[in-house]
Amino acid sequence: MRLAIPLTITFVAGMIMILQFFVPATQSLGESLQEWYMIVASFAIFLGAMNLITVHVHKIRFRAKNWKYSPVTIAGFAAMVLTGLFMGIETGRPFDFMFTTMMVPMGATMFSLLAFFVASAAFRAFRASNWRATLLLASAFIVMLGRVPIGSMIWNRIPLVSEWIMQVPNLAGQRAVMIGAAMGMVATSLRMIFGIERSYLGGTD
Amino acid sequence: MAKFIEKLGTVDRRVIFLLMALAVILPLAFRMNLPIPIEEGPSKDLYDAIEALPPGSRVLLSFDYDPSTMPELQPMAVALAQHLMTKDIKIVSMALWPMGVSLGNEALTMVGDSLGREEYVDWVNLGYKTGGGVLIVRMGSNIQTVFPNDYDGNPIADMPVMEGVNKLGDFDMIISLSAGDPGIPAWVMMAGDRFNIPIGGGCTAVSAPQFYPYLGTGQMVGLLGGLKGAADYETMVRLEEDDAAPGTATPGMAAQSVAHLVIMLFIIIGNIAYLSTKQKKGGLR
Repeated sequence: MRLAIPLTITFVAGMIMILQFFVPATQSLGESLQEWYMIVASFAIFLGAMNLITVHVHKIRFRAKNWKYSPVTIAGFAAMVLTGLFMGIETGRPFDFMFTTMMVPMGATMFSLLAFFVASAAFRAFRASNWRATLLLASAFIVMLGRVPIGSMIWNRIPLVSEWIMQVPNLAGQRAVMIGAAMGMVATSLRMIFGIERSYLGGTD
Repeated sequence: MAKFIEKLGTVDRRVIFLLMALAVILPLAFRMNLPIPIEEGPSKDLYDAIEALPPGSRVLLSFDYDPSTMPELQPMAVALAQHLMTKDIKIVSMALWPMGVSLGNEALTMVGDSLGREEYVDWVNLGYKTGGGVLIVRMGSNIQTVFPNDYDGNPIADMPVMEGVNKLGDFDMIISLSAGDPGIPAWVMMAGDRFNIPIGGGCTAVSAPQFYPYLGTGQMVGLLGGLKGAADYETMVRLEEDDAAPGTATPGMAAQSVAHLVIMLFIIIGNIAYLSTKQKKGGLR
């Protein structure tokens, strides 16, 4: 029973979502399912918040590795939630102030650190060890120069060559990946709808 | 000499970090400006597609990013808002990412105020709703069931900017500024392909290559890729509007130029050291 009920729900929901494209009578059912999905997805946010608190309280209680960061996380979470709930999220309110002056610069800083790691990793790992790696290296140099104004100052055709690499070899490779992934997605979806693929249920059987 | 070259291959990463920091900071500190050449390409295509829209058209602008990708995507938001508002195109904005709402609001308020455009008449921010692709499909049949109120809680049915806009098909174009999933792919598949709406986009430089297939098939009318896309757009908008506010992407391109050169220099040094070591070991033929 524990297996039959979720499998039946998946089969019925999956079939309705497919049939709505071919059978007009099932269209409203499909729309209802879409609304249910949005409601369930909204609850996932609460689940995520609960999980965050549970994990960090657990870390503090058992003095787990780097537990000292957990009170900061909980305090930050509480500050954002409480100011947002009780004082509003409109421009000029404490929530907006914290978002603009703390979240935004800290988020941008984290992503900006990538530049340093990319430089270090490229220096250590980007080697012309064979002709394929050399080809990749040459393409990378052209695209890197083509994406900045200094490239066209060196040679005015570099941006055009860079764009050709993006429009032809890159596009061909990306399209192959996309088609492959889409075929895999269709196959996996059908396997789930027909109960062959059951790993999403959490068990192995 | 050989020893020196070998030593170069083991440069401390702190030296790399320091040089990278200088490569970014110095061009910005000394306000180094490099000309941005406008070539035919995805950025120009998006600009031309918007130019072709008549005044009074309605464009949905979706802010599908968060502060981490803001340095690349926020200048695009500002430049696009500037272009759309200057052309008297009505903007309906929303976000598939929760933090995109505030960032979008910031861009629209700033540009709207500078051009004297009125909220609810010329633009509105509907806010964030969870659901990604499913949300888009629901908006395809009725926007008000998904967004009965805007970001500030006002009913959208009474807003002049929403006059004649009931479903996604009523928009003349959709533009997604996307940092990941949900983002451009969801808009292309769920809105562009299903409801036949032109889709434009902006994304980070690292994710731009994956959207080229959509440009090749015509599923997207144009794409702004990374800081370069933003700088291209800022330049094109400024060519049309001399009094347009200066953007942040164009000055950033000088820093990015020098940073790219530094990375390339390190790759060359690393390879010289690698080839030298290989030759010494007798591996190079």
